[in-house]
Amino acid sequence: MKNKRILLNILSLILVLGLLFLMDRNFDSYKIRILNLCGIYIVLALSMNLINGFTGLFTLGHAGFMAIGAYTTALVTMDKATKEMNFFLKPIVPFLRDVEMSFLPALLIGGLMSALVAIIIGTPVLKLRDDYLAIATLGFSEIIRVIFTNIQSITNGALGLKGIPNYTNVWWSWGWAIVTIIFMIYLVKGSYGRAFKAIREDEIAAEAMGINLFKHKLISFIIGAFFAGVGGGLLGNLLGTIDPLMFRFVLTFNIVLIVVLGGIGSITGSVLSAIIVTILMEALRILDGDIIIGNYKIIGIPGMRMVVFSLMLMGVILFYQKGIMGTNEFSWDWFSFKKKSKGDVNS
Amino acid sequence: MTFQIFMQHLSNGISLGSLYALIAIGYTMVYGILRLINFAHGEIFMIGVYMAFYLITLVAVPWYLAFIIAILGTCLFGILVEKAAYKPLRNSPRISVMISAIGASFLLQNLGIVVFGGRPKSFPEIPMFNKILNIGGISIVSITFYIPIITIILLLILNYVINNTKTGMAMRALSKDYEAARLMAIDVDKIISITFGLGSLLAAVGGIMWGVKFTSLIPVMGLMPGLKCFIAAVVGGIGNIRGAVIGGFILGLGEILIVAFLPALTGYRDAFAFILLIFILLVKPTGLMGEKLTEKV
Repeated sequence: MKNKRILLNILSLILVLGLLFLMDRNFDSYKIRILNLCGIYIVLALSMNLINGFTGLFTLGHAGFMAIGAYTTALVTMDKATKEMNFFLKPIVPFLRDVEMSFLPALLIGGLMSALVAIIIGTPVLKLRDDYLAIATLGFSEIIRVIFTNIQSITNGALGLKGIPNYTNVWWSWGWAIVTIIFMIYLVKGSYGRAFKAIREDEIAAEAMGINLFKHKLISFIIGAFFAGVGGGLLGNLLGTIDPLMFRFVLTFNIVLIVVLGGIGSITGSVLSAIIVTILMEALRILDGDIIIGNYKIIGIPGMRMVVFSLMLMGVILFYQKGIMGTNEFSWDWFSFKKKSKGDVNS
Repeated sequence: MTFQIFMQHLSNGISLGSLYALIAIGYTMVYGILRLINFAHGEIFMIGVYMAFYLITLVAVPWYLAFIIAILGTCLFGILVEKAAYKPLRNSPRISVMISAIGASFLLQNLGIVVFGGRPKSFPEIPMFNKILNIGGISIVSITFYIPIITIILLLILNYVINNTKTGMAMRALSKDYEAARLMAIDVDKIISITFGLGSLLAAVGGIMWGVKFTSLIPVMGLMPGLKCFIAAVVGGIGNIRGAVIGGFILGLGEILIVAFLPALTGYRDAFAFILLIFILLVKPTGLMGEKLTEKV
């Protein structure tokens, strides 16, 4: 049975890669961009779900971590000439001017920078609970944004960076998505994952069982921040231009939406809802423009799209709190046609 | 810096502080009773200003009447938000309630963009509030004076309501122990509605004065003041009304004086509140006036 599962896993992975290959070949650039965004949002949603869903720490600092990752990756991948063109108000610090790296080390450095900041901010902040933690991490991401607007010689201030090399393609974004999915599955199944879940269910009981609360919270926070940083880096190099205004609270809100919709504490749910929400976000763009049906013209209202998304989030949280998957995960057993006895329907 | 300029900054700081205080009270009252951050409070503030704006410009109601209608309207609106977004989640985990609050905040903001339009509008001038006074070489717009006065009057009324009326007593009971209050035959839903109504009313007053003072309205205007006032409430000790006032003043004065004394840090003005927040949470998580919370197992 176990061998069969591994075989099925490998087969489905090959299937996904084949599908990606076909889509990469046949889609136009707009659709490929959506495909890329799907992959990036899977990374981001999983990184938030690890902290919020599996460890039960409600943090709202994702935009900050993404900003760190995006800026670091962008700055170390841009070439010298582009940097000098960007920084016309204030010259860039010499150290950053001369660096130029390929994409993989750049992304890793972006993620590590973000993880480093997570250690610095997490050490004091993770002592807080519930809403205090949420508001402190939200505050942290706002502070990052304000700092990035003001350190002109490193981030080019409010002008942002333009001409970031477009390294992100389907293979990079989905490659990272698959790596993140596999990593999260093993992490959550392992002893750390069990400790995270124990902390989520009941901190005091978990502590009584000998789980080091602080250590595990910090680990979850750091890993989440690392992947958020990588996601930010991928996003920056996909869009080709970033500025501090991009990393407002709205960005965190989008990821919260994905996590809640998919089910807080479900990897499968996050992956599914990342894909659904990303595609919907593009599909619903028609709401902002005019719709012509026959001879009738419905005048589009800018901003309608976000209204629909807010309504969706409210609807899910008010009427269907579990989201798509609840805390369930996908398993091959769904497809086994053997009749189950009534006792293990829930197993 | 001359004395005049200092006084000018100080008066600005005091009036900004009073505005923050008014809005922070709404947060603190709701938190005190429901233990939830009403993220949508900033949007209720925004709705209040827009109501006043449309009443004056579209319906052409005299400003004082417009203000009263807008304040009462916002009060009802706040109660409506509570009924729609928070009441169904009374017995849910706190994370769900908080997500619902964030959702409500974004919904109102985006509805605002759809209904009111995304472009900034300018609040009509009201002669009584927009006069420029000249006192000993300091020129101050008269609204700067009115704001602290109105704040103090409202605070005194609120203080009376909470300490001397039956509703106020019920509110205090509810904030001490939710279950026990319910057993004492307190109509919990009614008291929560009244709390939301009162908080929204103060937010509306704050919002309208904000509109008069800063004159520029956009649908996302509630976000930053909303967050800052929440911070003011936390700094003062959330759940404590006196604390909210003190927090509001610390924040308002701090922001203005930082810009006045250290012009190099002007760009970091918005970060001041958040840095203060993290600092307070680390040093004294229950805030300046907060009581020590005992951990329930």
